[in-house]
Amino acid sequence: MKSTLKLTLGLTSAMFASTAVSNVAHAEDLTLCWAAWDPANALVELSKDFTKETGIGMKFEFVPWTNYADRFLNELNSKGKLCDLIIGDSQWIGGSAENGHYVKLNDFFDAEKISMDDFVPATVVGYSQWPKNTPNYWALPAMGDVVGWTYRKDWFSKPELQKEFKEKYGWDLAAPTTFDQLKQIAEFFQKHEIDGKTVYGASIYTERGSEGITMGAMDVLYSFGFKYENPDKPYEMDGFVNSEKSVKGLEFYKALYDCCTPPGASNSYMGEGVDAFKSGQVAMHMNFAFTWPGLQKDENVGGDKIGYFANPKGPDGDQFAQLGGQGISVVSYSDKQEAALKYIKWFANKDVQAKWWSLGGYSCLNAVVNDPGFPASQPYAQTFLDSMAIVKDFWAEPSYAPLLQASQKRFHDYVVAGQGSAKDALDGLVKDWTEVFQDDGKM
Amino acid sequence: MLNRTADSVARATPESLARKVRGISDKGLAWLFISPTILLLLAINIFPLFWAIYLSFTNYRANRPNEVVKNVGLANYRRILGDQDIWIAMQTTAHFVFWTILLQTLIGFTLAWLIDRKFRGHAFWTTIILVPMMLSPAVVGNFWRFLYEPQIGLFAYAISFVSGIPATQIGMLSNVSLAPWSIVIVDTWMWTPYVMLICLAGLRSIPEYIYEAAEVDRASNWRQFWSITLPMALPFIMLAVLFRGIENFKMFDMVNLLTGGGPGSTTEVASITLKRQAFESWRTGYSSAFAIILFVAVFGLANIYVKALNKVKQR
Repeated sequence: MKSTLKLTLGLTSAMFASTAVSNVAHAEDLTLCWAAWDPANALVELSKDFTKETGIGMKFEFVPWTNYADRFLNELNSKGKLCDLIIGDSQWIGGSAENGHYVKLNDFFDAEKISMDDFVPATVVGYSQWPKNTPNYWALPAMGDVVGWTYRKDWFSKPELQKEFKEKYGWDLAAPTTFDQLKQIAEFFQKHEIDGKTVYGASIYTERGSEGITMGAMDVLYSFGFKYENPDKPYEMDGFVNSEKSVKGLEFYKALYDCCTPPGASNSYMGEGVDAFKSGQVAMHMNFAFTWPGLQKDENVGGDKIGYFANPKGPDGDQFAQLGGQGISVVSYSDKQEAALKYIKWFANKDVQAKWWSLGGYSCLNAVVNDPGFPASQPYAQTFLDSMAIVKDFWAEPSYAPLLQASQKRFHDYVVAGQGSAKDALDGLVKDWTEVFQDDGKM
Repeated sequence: MLNRTADSVARATPESLARKVRGISDKGLAWLFISPTILLLLAINIFPLFWAIYLSFTNYRANRPNEVVKNVGLANYRRILGDQDIWIAMQTTAHFVFWTILLQTLIGFTLAWLIDRKFRGHAFWTTIILVPMMLSPAVVGNFWRFLYEPQIGLFAYAISFVSGIPATQIGMLSNVSLAPWSIVIVDTWMWTPYVMLICLAGLRSIPEYIYEAAEVDRASNWRQFWSITLPMALPFIMLAVLFRGIENFKMFDMVNLLTGGGPGSTTEVASITLKRQAFESWRTGYSSAFAIILFVAVFGLANIYVKALNKVKQR
């Protein structure tokens, strides 16, 4: 009996000790939170080098885009400790900085000699700074992204289609440089028979639930002259958001939706766009640049069959594109901030950034993107550079969520449901946004 | 066997504990047993309700934990009741509740009446009819989304086959006029079996001798239906309507999966608006007020309905 008791005690102690040891071994494991998409897989691969170098294990919490904001903003708002590092959307920066979710990185950058001048300026403003254009940094630019276009180069180069197009529109069928050209091309391909299959003009963002239609419509509106506010008087929106040029831009987006999208594309965002392009349904496809590496590799539509172009110019020659992408931040509720900062330091390294690009991530480091070999490194590299040079972003205010909700509703009501006019939609948007800023005490 | 177990438990109870228990009255013991449940209910039902009532009078936002919470009185309620979008969402909800209940009651009762005929294989058909109800709404929402797909969906092809309209023009989820009906169809498909089950219970509870007496009096089948079947099954039908009415008033999952409230806001029922305000716009105080208004509306309507149901039962 006594020996049995001893044996039991011994085994229990051994088990306890082994668990404790393993807990110690994993005590420094970091959890990184991000969206579930292709670049996240590349980051998992890349982070293996970090573990090899430092012995710090990496765990990942990836959530699909449709739930990404809900899930992680809930986590941050409840001061959760799930994420030590978070790659949060660019629009979260204001709220996360003001509500104390992110650790301010200025001192750390100074101590580690990480200079924001080494990163693409638009990404620093878009992903790191709050307030914008001030030297207050809350994230390291991690994943550059921007809305651009892919097109079926193989269809565009078919002689019979080129001939037919030239006869109809009087110019050579090629990647469009203006939105007018884009619409003509989309109209041309709409319900055209190619290789015995009916195809459609373009896939554009129309999603209602999260941010889809706002990203798509803004991508067009910027180049038509839309402005969020009076440049000289912050938060004065009347006459800027709903200017005549903005109205024309929104009318154009609706016309593009009505004339040239595939049937049933009333709730389409990144995934649906990729599906439409990959399945050979559309001639052109609006999407964030992160989708390009995957499309380039696709057997059916990739390789020589795919081409890329930056967002075209508007009627006055203005050319802008909607910024995507994110910065990586340290969560202020994490108990492992020191290890998390080590990760940021490692990630900022030039070699790591170069590998990040080669694995399918979009580096924001000047040394990588300004490398002479960069434009030729991938077929889409030049378009990415061109697009990143013309970016604009949605509000990054702490109240970005209700601001986004309002634009989602106004744009979808007009563009997809056909309710009211573009002017009504934009006037309504000014009213909604004014209400939000009044609630915030900013007006 | 039970006594022996009770005896052994009693013997095993330590004397000190047994002494304490002996001192408790039956009522006290009853309270002791139900107190965990009551505490749980208080924690997860009653406390959140009172907390929501409190929040509804404030400007609290869950995403601004560091901000000072101000009392705004009835401002949230006034804003909601004066908001045109909220009334449109309520109208959309009313449309959805009315048509789903009407269709489910008509089809459910008809099916129950047919199943009650006890034809050959009725047990098998009952099981088949019940299948949609057993599926998860997430599964139902997703596969109906594919069925409605204008390019590859079976539904669009079936309609196209019958009507001659090209399938690609049948955008059940993208067309403003069709989208509300697409949700009504799916909800009816899924929940008619539930109404059928309750109606079937009602039909089976009608004593056979009443029909025999009617036969003796040479009452026609039609007369038997109107004078016996329908009145006696009516409390059950009304109960089914009550259950489905409450459920559909707060319908969220199916609408979210099928249309997400779109196109535009044409299928944005009250629960979708509430979710958007609470968890996307983070207007916690405002959405708490909206939740309280919805709660009062459902509670009030259900109470009126239950009174009517009791009157029918007393007849």
